[in-house]
Amino acid sequence: MTIHLSIVLFLPLACGLVAARLPGRAARSAVLAGPLAVLAYVIVMLVDFETGGGLQWVTNDEWISELGISYKLGVDGLNLFLIALTAIGWVACTFVAAFSVVDRPRQFFFHLALAETAVLGAFMAQDLALFIVFFDLMLVPFYFLIGGWGTGERVRATTKFVIYTLSGSLLMMAAAIALGVLATPDGGEISFALSDLANRPVAAGSQHWIVLLFALAFFVKAPLFPLHGWIPETYRSTSIPVLALLSGVLSKVGVYGFLRIVLPVMPDGAEYWQELFIILAVFSILYGSILAFSQDNVRLVLAYSSIAQLGFVVLGIFAFEEKGAQGALFQMLNHGLVTVPLFLILGVIAARARGSESLSELGGMAFRAPVLAGLFLVIALATLAMPGSSNFVGEILILFGAFENQLVYGLVAAVGVVLAAVYMIRLFQGTMHGRVGPAVESREIDRVNLAAIAPLVAVIVALGVYPHFVVDRTESDTSQAIAKTHAEVSVIK
Amino acid sequence: MSTLIAQIQAPHIDYKELSPLFALAGGSVIVLMVGLLRSRFVRTVAVPALTAVALFTAIGLTIWIWEPGNREPILEGALGVDTLSLGLSMLFYVAGLVTIVLSLRSTAAEQAGHGEYHSLLLGSIAGMVVLAGAESLMTLFIGFELLSIPLYVLCATHLHRRTSLEAGLKYLVVGSVGSATLLYGLALVYGATGALEFSEISRAIGTDAVSSSDPLLLTGIALCATGLAFKASVAPFHQWTPDVYQGAPTPITTFMAVATKAAAFAVFIRLFDHAFGLSQLDWGPALAVLAAVTIVIGNVGAIPQRSLKRMLAWSSVAQAGYMLAGVVVGTELGVRATAFYLAVYLLMNVAAFAVVIARERVSEHGDDLRSFENLFTISPWLAGAMTLAMLSLAGFPPTAGFIGKFYLIDASVGGDYTWLGIAIVIGSVISLVYYLRVIAVMFMGRYEVELPTIPPRRVRPVAGWSPEADARAQPEVLAVAVLFAALTIAVGVWPEPLFDAARDVSSALPGLH
Repeated sequence: MTIHLSIVLFLPLACGLVAARLPGRAARSAVLAGPLAVLAYVIVMLVDFETGGGLQWVTNDEWISELGISYKLGVDGLNLFLIALTAIGWVACTFVAAFSVVDRPRQFFFHLALAETAVLGAFMAQDLALFIVFFDLMLVPFYFLIGGWGTGERVRATTKFVIYTLSGSLLMMAAAIALGVLATPDGGEISFALSDLANRPVAAGSQHWIVLLFALAFFVKAPLFPLHGWIPETYRSTSIPVLALLSGVLSKVGVYGFLRIVLPVMPDGAEYWQELFIILAVFSILYGSILAFSQDNVRLVLAYSSIAQLGFVVLGIFAFEEKGAQGALFQMLNHGLVTVPLFLILGVIAARARGSESLSELGGMAFRAPVLAGLFLVIALATLAMPGSSNFVGEILILFGAFENQLVYGLVAAVGVVLAAVYMIRLFQGTMHGRVGPAVESREIDRVNLAAIAPLVAVIVALGVYPHFVVDRTESDTSQAIAKTHAEVSVIK
Repeated sequence: MSTLIAQIQAPHIDYKELSPLFALAGGSVIVLMVGLLRSRFVRTVAVPALTAVALFTAIGLTIWIWEPGNREPILEGALGVDTLSLGLSMLFYVAGLVTIVLSLRSTAAEQAGHGEYHSLLLGSIAGMVVLAGAESLMTLFIGFELLSIPLYVLCATHLHRRTSLEAGLKYLVVGSVGSATLLYGLALVYGATGALEFSEISRAIGTDAVSSSDPLLLTGIALCATGLAFKASVAPFHQWTPDVYQGAPTPITTFMAVATKAAAFAVFIRLFDHAFGLSQLDWGPALAVLAAVTIVIGNVGAIPQRSLKRMLAWSSVAQAGYMLAGVVVGTELGVRATAFYLAVYLLMNVAAFAVVIARERVSEHGDDLRSFENLFTISPWLAGAMTLAMLSLAGFPPTAGFIGKFYLIDASVGGDYTWLGIAIVIGSVISLVYYLRVIAVMFMGRYEVELPTIPPRRVRPVAGWSPEADARAQPEVLAVAVLFAALTIAVGVWPEPLFDAARDVSSALPGLH
C-alpha cells in the first residue's frame, strides 16, 4: 500500500488549482510544474517497474462501502506505458500552450490540468466504478476546452462530442452496475473491484449485452466506424494542443478498457461478439484509410487515420492471441506518440500559412525549414509503419495475431498498412514539398515547438531501435489479460 | 359527567416526539402576530429571524429525538415518528431556511405582508411534517391539505404580476383535482381493506378477505398514485408544473421544487412500499411505466425552454421520474436510493434556483437564458455555482448527482428493473442538451437557440445595473448558491454521512427486503 499513485494522480489538479490563483508569469511555471512532476514520477516508475510483478504500487481504500466502490489504483504492464504516454503528451502540449497566446489562461490551464488527472485516473483505476468516474470526469474539462477555446462552430462541436461520448459511457455505467449486482453471490457484499469481478463470473447470457454496452462506450471514445459521427466537427473546432491530447491520449482510454475490463472479467461476452468487433475493426481500417486519403483538411486526414489505427488496435485485441494483444497495446503507445507531435506540427504549419489547414493551399515548406521537414518526415514514416519504426513492430504483431485464427480478416487489414503509406506520404508531400502554397510563408520551426516535438521524436526513434523495452515489460500482463478468452477459429479461414 | 369523561379513553400522546411540530405551529402563529406590528424593522428583520428560529428549533428537536429503529407512534394510530419522517423533515426545514434567506429581498414577501408570507411557509412545512409522519389514511390527507393550501396562496404572493396570480389559481385548481383523486383513492382503499392505519392495511392485504389483486383495492391504489403524481409532478399529471414554477415568486418555486417533492415522495414511500407493499407485483409495473414516461417527457420537454425557471420545472419532472424508480422496486435499497437522491436533489436545485434568483433580480431579461450570457466574466462565483448545479443535475462525477444516479440505477437493477435503469440513463443523455446549454451560455458566449425572443421587461435593479454592485447587493443569495454548490461536490466526493442517514431512513420501514 503506497500513496505514490495518489500523488501522481492529483498533482496536476493541485497545480492547476494553484495556478488558477497566481498572477501571469508565476502561473505559467505552476501549470508546467504539474505535468513535469508527473513525468518525473513516471520515469522513476518505469525504472523501478518489476517486470511480470503483477499489480504494483497498489492503493486500496474503501471509498463508498455502501455501493461497493473502492478507491483502488495500481500499475502493471497494461497501463504502465499508457500512463507514460499521458505524462509525455501533457508535458508537450502544456508546454506549447504555455508559450502561446491563450485567452483566459488560468481557466484554460486549470481545465487542462483537471483533464490530466482524469485521464491518469482512468488508466490507474482498478475498480470498475472508479474507472467510470474518471472516464466521465474527462469529459468535463474537454467540454470546456473545446467549447471555450476552439474555433468555428465550437459550442455545437463540443456539445455533440459530449453527448456522443456520454451516451456511451452512461450506458456503460448501467451495464457496469448490472455486472456488479449480478456478480454478487447470494449474501455477499457488492464490489466493483476488478480483481473481485474477475473471480465472480456472470452467466454468459448476461455477459452478452453487458459487453455490448461496454463496447459501445469504448468504440465511441476510440472512435470506431459506425460511432465516429462526432469526429469531423470536433476535430475542426478544437485548438491544436487540446486536439493533440484528445486524439493522441484520450482515444486510448476506450480500447484500454477492453484489455483491462472486458476480456478478463467477461470472456464469454467478448467471445460472443468477437466476429462482429473484428469486422467493425477491419471496416474501420479500410474506411478510415480511404477517407484519410480523400480529405483536404489536414486535421481530418489525421482524424480518419486515427480511426484506421484504432481499428488495428481493436483487431489485435479481439484476435485473442498473445501476439495480437501485445501488438495492440504497443500500437496504442505508438499511435499516441506519433499523433501528439503530428498535431503540434500541423499547428506549426498552419501558423506559416495564415492559419490555413487545407492541403490545396499548403506546400513547399521543406525548402526553407529543413528541421521542421526532418522532424515531420521521421514522424510520418513512423506513422506509416516503416520497417525499423516501432509502429512497424506493433502492426506486425497485430497482423501475426490476426493471421493465426482470422486469416481472411488479417489479410484485408494488411491492405490498411499499404493505404496508411498512401495517405501519410500524401500529407507529407502536400505540406512540405511541391509548389509553394499561395499563403505559405516558409519559416523554420520555432524554439518552443522544437523543444516540445524533438523529445517526442527522440522517443519514437528510441522505441523503433529498441522495442523490447516495451514488449518485455508488457508481455506477461497482456497474455494474462486475454488468458480467459479462447480464440475460436474463424469459419472462413 | 365525570363518569362520561372517564369512559372516553384519550389516545396516548407523546409530547416529546411531537415537539418539532409544536415549534412549527407555534412559530407560525407568533410570526403572524409579530407581522402585524407596523415597524419596518420588525417586518423585514424580526419576522424572517423568528421564522428561522422556529425552523432551527425544529431542527434541534428533531436531532434530539432522532433514534433509528424507534417506531413508536406519537398519536396512536395517526402520526408516527420514525427516521423516515424525521430524516425527510430535515429536508423540509433546510428548504424552509433557504426560502427565508432567498426571500429577504423578494418583493413577494413585501407585497403579501411579511407576517403572512412567513407564517404560511411555516404552515406548509408543518403540513409536510405531518404528511411524512402519517400512519393512517386520515392523517395523510390532513397533512396533504395542510401542505397544499398555504402553497396555493404563496404562489400568488406577487400580487402585481398577472402570471403569479395565474400560477396560484392554476395550482389551486389542479391541486384540488389531485387532492380529490387522492381522497377518492383513500376511500376505496379503506373500503377494500376496512382499515385506516397503514400497518393494518398492510396486514389485511394478502389475507383471505382481501387478495393482493382485489379490483377495489387496485383501483384505490391507482387513484392514490394519481393524486400523489399530481403533487410530485409525475407525467402525465405534470402539466401544471412549468406554468406554476414560472409564475410563482422564485423563492417559493425553490421551496416547491425541493420540499413539496420530498413530501410527496415521503408518502409514495410510506404508502406504496409499506402499506401496499404486498401488492407490489401488481402496481410495480404500472408505476415503472409511469416513471419511464416521466423521465422521457420531462427531459424532452425541457429542451426547447428558454426560461430557466421553466427549464428547471421540466427538469424537476424528469428527476421525479428518476426517484420514482427507487419507489417502484419496493426494496430497502430502493427506499435508500430515493431518500439519498431527494437530499442530493435539494442541494443541486437550491444552488441552481439561487443563481436564477440572483440573475433575475438584476437582469432585464429576467430568467431568460440571455441573462446568463457570459455570466462567468460578470460573476465567476455565480457561474461556478450554476455550472456545478447543472453538472450535478446531469449526473457528472464527482458531483453528488452522479452518486445519486448510480445509487438509483443500482437499486433498479437489484430490484429486477434493469430496463428502468437504462431508462434513467437514456433520460440523462437527453438532459445533457439543455443542462450543457446553460453552461455554454455562461462560458462560451452567445449561443443561439432557435426560439421566439421575449421582449425585455422593466425591472427595478437591485444596484443600478452595475455587475459588481449587483453582486455585492445580494450577498446572501450568492452565499446560498456557493454553499449548496460546494455541498454537491462535497457529497459527491464523500457521500458516506448521507448514506448513513439514508440507511437510517430506510430502516424505519418494516418488512422490506
